[in-house]
Amino acid sequence: MDKILEVKDLHVSFAEERKSLFEKKKRIEVLKGLDFHINEGEIVGLVGESGCGKSTLAKSILGLVKPTQGEIIISSKEHPQMVFQDPKASLNPAKTVRFILEEPLRNLTDMSPEERFEKAAEMIEKVGLSKEYLDRYPDELSGGQRQRISIAASLMMDPKLLIADEPVSALDVTVQAQVLELLKELHKSLNLAIIFISHDLRVVYQLCDRVMVMKNGLIVEQNTRDEIYRNPKHEYTKSLLKSAGIGL
Amino acid sequence: MSKKTETNNKKSYDFNLIVGIVLTAIVVIPSLIGLFWTPYNPETMNSSLKMAGPSLQHLMGCDNFGRDVLSRVMKGSTTTLLIGLGTVAFGCIFGTVVGAFTGYYGGIIDEILMRCNDVMFSFPSILLALVFVAVLGSGKYQVTVALGIAFIPSYARIVRSEYIRIKNMDYVQSAKLAGAADLRVMFVHMLPNCIRVLASSVLIGFNNAVLAEAGLSFLGIGVQPPDASLGSMLSEAQTYLFSKPGLAIAPGITLIMMVLGIALLGKKVDGKK
Repeated sequence: MDKILEVKDLHVSFAEERKSLFEKKKRIEVLKGLDFHINEGEIVGLVGESGCGKSTLAKSILGLVKPTQGEIIISSKEHPQMVFQDPKASLNPAKTVRFILEEPLRNLTDMSPEERFEKAAEMIEKVGLSKEYLDRYPDELSGGQRQRISIAASLMMDPKLLIADEPVSALDVTVQAQVLELLKELHKSLNLAIIFISHDLRVVYQLCDRVMVMKNGLIVEQNTRDEIYRNPKHEYTKSLLKSAGIGL
Repeated sequence: MSKKTETNNKKSYDFNLIVGIVLTAIVVIPSLIGLFWTPYNPETMNSSLKMAGPSLQHLMGCDNFGRDVLSRVMKGSTTTLLIGLGTVAFGCIFGTVVGAFTGYYGGIIDEILMRCNDVMFSFPSILLALVFVAVLGSGKYQVTVALGIAFIPSYARIVRSEYIRIKNMDYVQSAKLAGAADLRVMFVHMLPNCIRVLASSVLIGFNNAVLAEAGLSFLGIGVQPPDASLGSMLSEAQTYLFSKPGLAIAPGITLIMMVLGIALLGKKVDGKK
């Protein structure tokens, strides 16, 4: 299988705010040298406690955060896209669904307005909503619907890699299942590689082919799903599984 | 429970809103008419009618040159309103641009522009306008620009703080991922989310502008005769304050109603958040 993403020795650090004028600027290292790759069309789970650098990793893959050291090689023409955790915050409340969906096409392609509308209508049906929702504002939609829109928006440019940052943790359980089902379907129909960031190990088990475990800015263990769940090597993985009440 | 509160809401009329709308309408409608038509030419002097009291022909009487006061109030409040609008538009547009850039980029641009802002902020805006009038000269347009410049800092502040709040929201990140350039993110994606905050400060700023214009004209450096504005009318009337108080009362009451009405509306917009 071809690698779609390769990360080599990735370091990211941020400057800390100075507390006093004469203090030296400190840098906090969030990612301390990550090495991994993602193959075409696989779902990789990324688990770890909050603050371990999962979201920073996502942002640096997307190019929103500049790495201080190391390389990120993306071997597809299409830029990777992201589905955010809270669909309330990730959809602009002042814009219609149609505007949000058409936005990437407007900026990155030279499609005519009709073509854009067609594509948006096609995509909204792919995520299981009807065309009528195009003229609504995000405030008029439920959490699950918003997350569907959010997924649709991220898929408008046909990316080959999608990063989903806890896409279901803000939703209630029944809706969670539907959105996960949708992600699975899209993964199959579009041959989409997904990095699925989550702290819910049960969801990760349902969805992912491979799992990476992060702690304090490092990947402490990565392996296939079954190996991780049945035969964890690292102490931290064991304690994660134990606290989730799985296995062992 | 929810039904009860709903009926309660329906019964309690919003006093502020109604009074605000009524007062604003009483002032704005005649001044809009004043744009096209006034009962008499506000600049025609009639010596036989000097200081005439209110009558059916001249509802608010005539002033010391025999000019119809009602016509002058209509024309004057039009001028005052237009200067207020111009000032707010000028200040708001430039303030928004400054605030957007400083809030969005932060860093050194922010420091430089905001320190300039602080310097301007540290003068009372009317004093600052006085300085600009001294440089630009007096007259309708100069006053508008002078007041507009004086109003930039307060809008820049407001917009900047909104931008700082919004720029880390996920939808801004996703706009960037959707390939939007910085300017597009700033003015297409972020600006509409600042409108509510901006709207209430525009109304408050409008009031300040109206008062500042009246103040400048009262001091004789704003609108120049024969043009009428509420401030210049007040200034002309002060000589006759005891012999003919009606001359000062007519523009004075109009000014109060204008400011009060818009302040009440502003409160409503602000409270809706």
